Amino acid sequence: MSPEPTPQAPHPGSSPRPESSEVAYAAAEAAYDAGQQAGTMLQVIAPDGTVVRPDLLPDPATRLHLYRQMRRARHFDERGWVLYRQGRLGVFPPFGGMEASQVGTAAALTKDDWLFPTYRDTGAALTLGLPIARTLAYWRTSPHGWHMPADLKVLPFYIPIATQYPQAVGAALAEQRQGTRNVAMAFIGDGGSSEGDFHEALNFAGALNAPCVFILQNNGWAISVPTRHQTRATDLSRRADGYGIPGVRVDGNDALATYHVTREAVDRARSGGGPTLIETVTYRVKPHTVADDPTRYRTDADNAGWDAKDPVTRLRAHLLTEGLMTETGEADMLAEIAAEFEAALAEADSYPEPTPAEILDHVFAEPTPQLKKQRAEILAEHAHDQKEQA
Amino acid sequence: MTATATPPTGTRNMTMVAAINDALDIALGADDTVHIFGEDVGVMGGVFRATDGLQAKYGEARVFDTPLAEAGIVGMGIGMGLAGLKPVAEIQFAGFLYPALDQILSHLGRYRHRTRSRYHLPMVIRAPYGGGVHTPEQHADSPEAILAHTPGVKVVIPSTPADAKGLLLSAINDPDPVFFFEAIKLYRSTKADVPVGDYRVPIGKARLVTEGDDVTVICYGGMVEVAEKATAAARQAGIGVEVIDLRTLVPMDTDTILSSVAKTGRVVVVTEAPRTAGFHSEIAAVIAEEAIEHLRAPIVRVTGFDAPYPPFTAVEDVYRPNPVRVAKAIRQVMDY
Repeated sequence: MSPEPTPQAPHPGSSPRPESSEVAYAAAEAAYDAGQQAGTMLQVIAPDGTVVRPDLLPDPATRLHLYRQMRRARHFDERGWVLYRQGRLGVFPPFGGMEASQVGTAAALTKDDWLFPTYRDTGAALTLGLPIARTLAYWRTSPHGWHMPADLKVLPFYIPIATQYPQAVGAALAEQRQGTRNVAMAFIGDGGSSEGDFHEALNFAGALNAPCVFILQNNGWAISVPTRHQTRATDLSRRADGYGIPGVRVDGNDALATYHVTREAVDRARSGGGPTLIETVTYRVKPHTVADDPTRYRTDADNAGWDAKDPVTRLRAHLLTEGLMTETGEADMLAEIAAEFEAALAEADSYPEPTPAEILDHVFAEPTPQLKKQRAEILAEHAHDQKEQA
Repeated sequence: MTATATPPTGTRNMTMVAAINDALDIALGADDTVHIFGEDVGVMGGVFRATDGLQAKYGEARVFDTPLAEAGIVGMGIGMGLAGLKPVAEIQFAGFLYPALDQILSHLGRYRHRTRSRYHLPMVIRAPYGGGVHTPEQHADSPEAILAHTPGVKVVIPSTPADAKGLLLSAINDPDPVFFFEAIKLYRSTKADVPVGDYRVPIGKARLVTEGDDVTVICYGGMVEVAEKATAAARQAGIGVEVIDLRTLVPMDTDTILSSVAKTGRVVVVTEAPRTAGFHSEIAAVIAEEAIEHLRAPIVRVTGFDAPYPPFTAVEDVYRPNPVRVAKAIRQVMDY
């Protein structure tokens, strides 16, 4: 209520006290950026594709598989933009540039495991086997995007932030209690790690020893808020320490590194060793959604350097250098991927639009008297409209 | 109005909390997928002892304590339900449910819908609710309207030991999520005969507590005994009061309400929740839409007030409806 601003107490340990709050802000940002760079981050291949950790290289078939899955994901992302501009896809969140973070992690699962993806994790869902047609249907706002194949435990993309983390703990625990070795994997962003559900889930998973793998994709931005304004913490993997579980920091643009650490975490969870938090350090080079304008909140300087760290060109360079893939072989692969996508698009085009009364379906196993009455209202209204139009 | 899965062989006289414990015991014994969890439900048996002895009997894998975090409890339960278990979670007090509302509103009620029934959540969330026993702050809330307003979840509130057992077994065997509110005031205040064995009361059917031709009093949970006391006074004054114990808010038994209103033409609705936008308002609205031609007086709501529930023993009964306030409302609709 006072017209004068309340003077802020100096933060403990922040001496000498800066001259002005502006200086303090700049200094804090610089310290933050330095801290984030300084964190130990596992890398298997460098941005130019050269091998940093030969001992951690997966077998050639796996490397090729990861590359193919990344190209499938990127193709979806690129075609998605075009389809959006053509009015054939609704607003969707692009993920191009984050393929290693999503593909390398999800590739460590089998179809008996659970995947809890956020809205940005199309790449992870496609990798585990979510059909492209269903994924297109989801972003077209068709109920056919909510139909999941019976042989897959991938949940529809989560829109609320972090709520899926405790649910993954429950699914993991249920698998354990039923005597399987199946695990649950859940995704979140750096912004999501501010949510209470994130912390509750890590604590529950540790306390109950749930076979759960938590992927924290630190992509630098929660819509317009950079990580340094999200939290004072500079190494988000260390949040695991507070819950007594392992925390791992990995180069999120290195598919071989994300695959390696996730395989370790999945194996540990399967064998009763409990949960792991994996921070994949990556960057959202694209806007938040196709309807977003990132020039309002970030500069070219923010983006600088990330193109050179692109996960697809990195693994490509490695595969070509090692002789695991030829340019002709790659061209064939890309042609197959494009054909697969177009066939899926045709399938999605064939899904019928929902009828009005379908909005009341699948609320309960048996519709309540109230739902039956409301259904009759919709049917009567719709019949009236059709009569008017005729 | 009641149905049993297997014929009960006699009854036992017990409190409501004992009846709830009996139902949980039967459910755990009958189905390996039933798992009970929450704060203090394990070795301690719950702060009201509703889960007393169950961990010892069924083991720590089936009946277990969780960290203290309601969003985590409900969120974890959702995941357990997805993966094939029947989770029965206890929220220690309904007033502590609020941290879990995101899980409930964003997910619990929507899962069947957003997966086109590929997944469904056969989850039960038990929560003691309501006042009348001089609890500290935030232990006496009645948040049932928040849940009733959430598509995809059912809301059940029993008022007798037999109903508590029969409705809880129905809730655990229901394929959809059920909120099961237990009036703290009723846990140990009375004993009644409860059928033994797997006794079930169907969800969605109201109970006619007393019959009468002049006024319909609609209530549930902790307000049923209050309404019954008011009825006794009204009877002495020659007024015939029909008390309907709703038992289930979602789905609501509209037929029982409307046929009573057609007979009496006068309605009093009693809940201990805050007045604005409470479930009593829904009941009044349905009567106004479906049976206004039968009404001989405006509907009267007897409720708590639009203030937080007061933890002040000396004046708690000002907030929480008592038989005097209900009797006054009955006179009001009679005198209109």
